Amino acid sequence: MGAWAIAVHGGAGVDPNLPAERQEEAKRVIARCLHIGTTALRGGAAAVDVVEMVVRELETDPVFNSGRGSALTRQGTVEMEASIMDGHGHRCGAVSGLSTVKNPVSLARLVMDKSPHSYLAFDGAEEFAREQGVEVMDNSYFITEENVGMLNLAKEANSILFDYRVPVPGVETCSAGAGSMVDNPLQMNSLPISIYAPETVGCVVVDGNGFCAAATSTGGLMNKLTGRIGDSPLIGCGTYACELCAISCTGEGEAIIRSTLARDVAAVMEYKGLGLQEAVDFAIKNRLDKGQAGLIAVSRNGEVACEFNTTGMFRGSATEDGFMKVGIW
Amino acid sequence: MLLVVVRELENCPHFNAGRGSVLTTSGTVEMEACIMDGNTKKCGAVSGLSTVVNAISLARLVMEKTSHIYLAFDGAEAFAREQGVATVDANHFITPENVERLEQAKEANRVQIDYTQPVKEDKPQETSSGKGDSHSGTVGCVAVDGSGNLAAATSTGGLVNKMVGRIGDTPIIGAGTYANSFCAVSATGKGESIMRATVARDVAALMEYKGLSLKEAAAYVVNNVPKGNVGLVAVSANGEVIMPFNTTGMFRACATEDGYSEIGIWPSETDCVLPDPTRN
Repeated sequence: MGAWAIAVHGGAGVDPNLPAERQEEAKRVIARCLHIGTTALRGGAAAVDVVEMVVRELETDPVFNSGRGSALTRQGTVEMEASIMDGHGHRCGAVSGLSTVKNPVSLARLVMDKSPHSYLAFDGAEEFAREQGVEVMDNSYFITEENVGMLNLAKEANSILFDYRVPVPGVETCSAGAGSMVDNPLQMNSLPISIYAPETVGCVVVDGNGFCAAATSTGGLMNKLTGRIGDSPLIGCGTYACELCAISCTGEGEAIIRSTLARDVAAVMEYKGLGLQEAVDFAIKNRLDKGQAGLIAVSRNGEVACEFNTTGMFRGSATEDGFMKVGIW
Repeated sequence: MLLVVVRELENCPHFNAGRGSVLTTSGTVEMEACIMDGNTKKCGAVSGLSTVVNAISLARLVMEKTSHIYLAFDGAEAFAREQGVATVDANHFITPENVERLEQAKEANRVQIDYTQPVKEDKPQETSSGKGDSHSGTVGCVAVDGSGNLAAATSTGGLVNKMVGRIGDTPIIGAGTYANSFCAVSATGKGESIMRATVARDVAALMEYKGLSLKEAAAYVVNNVPKGNVGLVAVSANGEVIMPFNTTGMFRACATEDGYSEIGIWPSETDCVLPDPTRN
C-alpha cells in the first residue's frame, strides 16, 4: 500500500502489418496519456479522477476507437459507450448509445455522481448530458474519413463471410497495402484483423492511498447493429474495481461479457487469494474459451499487469518507483 | 422452458415486467430482459423496449440470431420488427396501478423500489403494511434439467419514476442474470445495488473459487448487499434450489423433481431445498 500505479490501453487486436508510423503515433498518444496520469498521481490525485482524466484524453484523440475516431454502426453513425468504477465504495456509472457527447467517460462519471442511477443510455443519456451541460458536438465530429473507409471494407468482408482472401484495393489506413489481407488470416469478431480496428480505450489506477479505479470507453464494433451494446459499459464485464484491484478489458465484446472478465480477475483474487499477475493470467488463459481479448489491471499494492491473447494490445504502464513502459506487441 | 415461464410472468399485469411494467418519469414503459444458457455461456439481453410484448423472447432471439449479445432502444425495436415478434401499442403495457405508483413517487420525489407500501419518508423496511394488489417486482426464472444444464432468465420494467434511458441490473450479465456449469441465478431488487455487487456472478464465483455450497454462496452475497435491496432465486447443477432475500418479502416459488414445491412471499424457515440423497 502507498505506491501508485497506472496502466492505459488503446485496444487489443492489432494488425501485425500496421505501418510503422501508425505504431509510433499510437505509442506517442499512449505515452502522452500515461504522462498526464503520472503527473496527476504525483500531485496526489485520487484514482477515480485520474482514470477519468486519462480516458478523456484518449477519447479526444482520434487515433483510438473512442470519442472522436469511434468505429461506425451499420448505418454509418457513431454510438459511444463508457463506464467508470470507483473501487473505494464500489460506485459506478455507465452510458451507452451516445451520439453527441464529446467525452462519454465524463458523462458516465456524472451518472455515478449526479444521478440516482448507475447506467443511462440513448435518448435518456443524451438528455441527461444536456441537463448537466456537458460538451456536445454534432455526430459528424466523431466520424473520421478513415473509419468511413473501414466501414465499407467491413461491410464487404461481412458479406463475403469468411473468405478474406478476396483482394481489396490497397487502403492507406490500417493495412500496409493490397497484399496484406490475402496473407493475413487473423480475425477478430469475424472481421479480418486489418479491418477490425481495436475497439476500446481504458485506464486503471491505484492512487497513493491504495484506492483503485477503472474506466473504459469505446465506439464499439465496426459495422455493429444500431443499438448494440458491448462489454465496455457493463460493470463486471469490461470494467470493474473494488478494494483489491481495478480492471479494464478490450477485445471481442461478446467473449468478455460471457466470461464476466473484469469481475473474474477480482473474484479469483478475492475468493481464491491469487495475486494480481496470477489472476490476470488465469482470466486470459482460462476464461475466454475461443474469445480474443486483453486487459490491464492494478492492485492496491501498487502492482500493475497487462495481458492479452490477441496479436497485440496498445498499452502503457507506470509505477511510482519510476518504471514506465509503452508497447504494442 | 424458461421462456414459457417468464413469458407468462411478463403477460401477467401484476408483475413488473411486460404488461404491468412500472413507468419512467415520463410515464412511458421501457422494458429489459436477459437470458443465459449455463452450458454454452451464450446469452442475450435487451433494454429500452416499448412495444415488444415479450421482452424475454426478443432477448433469446438476440442470443440465437445475431452475433451480438445486447441490443437496446431503437436498435432493439428495429430488430424486433425484423424478427416479426409480437408488438403492440405502447399503451398496452401501462396499467392504472402503475400510473398511480408513478404519481406517488413523483409526489415523494423518489425513485421507488418498495412497491408494497404507500410512499412515506423514513419508512423502515421491516414493517409490512402491504396492500394486496400493490405488490410488484422484476420477474425471473432459473432452471436445471435432468442432465444438469442450467439456465437463467430475468425480465423487468425497472424502477418506478426512473429516468428515461435508465438501465438496471436485469440485462447485465453477471449482475441480475447469470448461469454457468455451477449454478443459474436471477436477481431482483434495487438494480444499482445489484450491479455494483455483481450479485449473480458472485454466487457462482463463490461456489467455483471458494467451494461454497449454493446455499452458503447465495446467503453470503445477499447479506453483503444493503438490507432491503436484493433477493434472488438460484439452482445448482445437482438440483438444489435457494431463494434468499433481504427485503420485506419476495414473491417466489420453486419445485423439484422429487415432488417438493413451495410458494411464498414472506420469509420462511424452508428457504432452500437439498437434493434427495437417494437420487443418483
